[in-house]
Amino acid sequence: MNRQSRFIMSMLVFGYSFLFVPLILVVVYSFNDSSIATIWGGFSTRWYGELFRNEQILSAAYLSLRIAITSATAATVLGTMAGLVLARFGRFKGRTLFSGMITAPMVMPEVITGLSLLLLFVTLQQLTGWPGQRGFSTIAIAHTTFSMAYVAIIVQSRLIAMDESLEEAAMDLGGKPLQVVFDITLPLIAPAMIAGWLLSFTLSLDDLVIASFVSGPGSSTLPMYIFSKVKLGVSPDINALATLIIVVVSLGVAIAWIVARKSTKA
Amino acid sequence: MTNLASRHKDEIWRRVAIVTPYLWLLVFFLAPFAIILKISLADPVIAQPPFTPTFDKQGGLSVSVDNFRFLLTDKLYAITYLRSVLMAGATTVFCLSLGFAMAYGIARSKPSTRNLLLLLIVLPFWISFLLRVYAWMGLMNTYGVINNVLMWLGAIDKPVRLMYTDFAVFVGMVYSYLPFMILPLYASLERMDMNLIEAAQDLGASRARAFWDITWPLARPGVIAGCLLVFIPAMGEYVIPYLLGGPESLLIGRVLFDEFLVNRDWPLASAVAIVLLLLLVVPIALLQRYRVRDQETAA
Amino acid sequence: MKNFIHLKGVGKNFGDFVAVDDVDLTVAQGELFCILGGSGCGKTTLLRMLAGFEIPTTGTIEIDGVDITQQPPYDRPVNMMFQSFALFPHMSVARNIAYGLRKEGVTKPEISKRVDAMLELVQLADFGKRKPEQLSGGQRQRVALARALIKRPKVLLLDEPLAALDKKLRERTQFELINIQYELGITFIVVTHDQEEAMTLATRIAVMDKGRFQQVGTPKEVYEFPSNKFVANFIGTINTFDGIVTKVLDDQIEVYSDEAGTSLRALGKQLVEVSQKIEIAVRPEKIFISKEKPKDSDDVCIQGTVDDLGYLGNRSLYRIRLESGKIVQVSSQNRRRSITRFLEWEDNVWISWRASSAVILLD
Repeated sequence: MNRQSRFIMSMLVFGYSFLFVPLILVVVYSFNDSSIATIWGGFSTRWYGELFRNEQILSAAYLSLRIAITSATAATVLGTMAGLVLARFGRFKGRTLFSGMITAPMVMPEVITGLSLLLLFVTLQQLTGWPGQRGFSTIAIAHTTFSMAYVAIIVQSRLIAMDESLEEAAMDLGGKPLQVVFDITLPLIAPAMIAGWLLSFTLSLDDLVIASFVSGPGSSTLPMYIFSKVKLGVSPDINALATLIIVVVSLGVAIAWIVARKSTKA
Repeated sequence: MTNLASRHKDEIWRRVAIVTPYLWLLVFFLAPFAIILKISLADPVIAQPPFTPTFDKQGGLSVSVDNFRFLLTDKLYAITYLRSVLMAGATTVFCLSLGFAMAYGIARSKPSTRNLLLLLIVLPFWISFLLRVYAWMGLMNTYGVINNVLMWLGAIDKPVRLMYTDFAVFVGMVYSYLPFMILPLYASLERMDMNLIEAAQDLGASRARAFWDITWPLARPGVIAGCLLVFIPAMGEYVIPYLLGGPESLLIGRVLFDEFLVNRDWPLASAVAIVLLLLLVVPIALLQRYRVRDQETAA
Repeated sequence: MKNFIHLKGVGKNFGDFVAVDDVDLTVAQGELFCILGGSGCGKTTLLRMLAGFEIPTTGTIEIDGVDITQQPPYDRPVNMMFQSFALFPHMSVARNIAYGLRKEGVTKPEISKRVDAMLELVQLADFGKRKPEQLSGGQRQRVALARALIKRPKVLLLDEPLAALDKKLRERTQFELINIQYELGITFIVVTHDQEEAMTLATRIAVMDKGRFQQVGTPKEVYEFPSNKFVANFIGTINTFDGIVTKVLDDQIEVYSDEAGTSLRALGKQLVEVSQKIEIAVRPEKIFISKEKPKDSDDVCIQGTVDDLGYLGNRSLYRIRLESGKIVQVSSQNRRRSITRFLEWEDNVWISWRASSAVILLD
């Protein structure tokens, strides 16, 4: 090994340990019996038990899941439309503004997005009486707005990579444009739509800042609950929760990876 | 006639596909910015909502630039903006140095290990951001893992203060945004033909020369995208300074959040947001342009 | 000849760019018509206008007496075989072929009967259940053909039908295409950049450049009597000599060429005048090469030296340098089997051709 590759190798080792040691430690400490989170008091799974008895966590998690599923689905529908429009509709009036608005939410700092949406909801309420109460629907709308950008980009790149003559062939054989979308385009971009849905789902579950702005009193998402807890310091039941999330995500990603590898080999 | 009729029906679906997302974005993305601008020109009052209307009861225009004047004259805000730029800049530079070496290493590794290494970079994206920041709290506590290890090694004899410092914020930022840097860097390095470097060396370039003449220019789109993807969110970051930083580590995202939700000074918070947006207009426009170009080369 | 396809003044602009410029064309029923041209010549745009993917900026397109200029692709009695074949990857071969009939609302038993017959025709009877990705390039090409033919279109459009196949397969497939076309009697319009492909397939060829038809004719006409420089150079190789007309006779003209160092003759029907500048062109295979001066004095004879030579198996190529420095390409059949070369570098030789082999080229 020469000097250059030794340097690269050590950077890789350092970088990956930097990324993963903190997560591993959270997993380890979640089995710590001591209620002072940083001192090792023997192996125990009691925090997992407490986690599932904690009503607040459970209801926050339930709200988060409902919001994530709703907003991911809405974002997939809207984002797929937007991706189709960007990749296949050519020029139309207002296209520049459209493509700008699609990508801008992805790069907007969360505090600004959150603030602006809250002000919108407040204004709308003054003008129309809706939304009477901020919570599920306002958070779902906010999440849909920034997630649809990601779906649109994923769908758009898939469409750009896809041979446009497939859709032309279908039209040539008698398929009307809308039929072609359902016969050819949607089945072929389904993997991109699924990826987009999963990403939207994760983004929604992950979001703290925007939800904090647009939620009302009494509706707390899981990240909001966690945040209110960890503000006060390290907490053992949050370790247990983090461990569960890390394990579920890692398993999911690992399975997806193995499936993808098998399908490319076959 | 059937032709005309069917064409007309297609036209409707086409319209629906354009108008639905378009309207959504106009209402939930563009309109809110107009409202921020409007409120930033109002005065705070103790009321619901807590700001003065743009038009008074007589229908006259009632706007004031007091909030912006305050932001410009108040030293604290100037310092906060500056600190945010410095923190985001430092994060970007460090992420670039570490991220470049890692992306280079990943791009050069065997295809089988490469996929696994990439997967590990993407994995944190799917794990809660908040919990990843939280993980550092346990590490950097006064009696946390880092201090314990250092004391056990004998490097220090009493715990050093890590948590609630700018250093902790910096570490948290690098940790959170490193994957954003690595992925675009990897994408442009992977596209690069490694024979180019061999060709340059064959033509007499030293390793360092080959790097500066070949690798760096070809990686530049990835470098620009990566830096922007780190810098922009780092500028507005709220969670990391709140959890890892001390009360004195003022960053603009946190100030905006507190001004709005704690002090309930909505007009001032709106003005803070507008100034932040102005600071970010150039980086955001650059990133957008890069994205468009990337889409074009992909096509 | 009945005007089955009729293009009247068809043009297409993309912004400032003129892709197709005022094209007129008539094609008879049952023809296998080739549009030949380089990339960017407008041939694909023309084909796409026939298919309905582009609407002409000017002019009209009629098929079988019906104006289809404004008809969308799904209403036209025209089907297309795409260059990439565009087989739907998520459907089996049989479903791919059935797609057009399903959209037409044909009954299920009828569909399966016709799909089976079509699979039989393209010799893929056992492949109906496979996915396109499990087929070889040649098989995919046949599926694409079957899918485009199943609706029995009045016109079949083929965009570079053989470009995706390797050389050996291409030659075989050419004849299969001709057989199928003959069997079904459907009018084929083929777009290609490959002149050999056009020559073998077509009943007539249109050579296209800069959005216009440069010449329309049978393969023989286009090759032997190119109407201008572009056509002459585009199809095959050709030697050209600049010259000035010195004599205009009944059926031929005499031209003095500095490059040739002598007077050349060519059969000419075109209207030329004495002292007009023109070009005389001769195909390499029309030129004879010999070490001694040929006796037949009626032929054009020029002396030169061998500049370069190449052995291609069935024939040899020579580059002969004339006194003026002009290089002339000569191609000759290797009729005899021999290990030694007939000519060597720098040999002095005579090249000659019959007056009737030469062509007059105008711009």
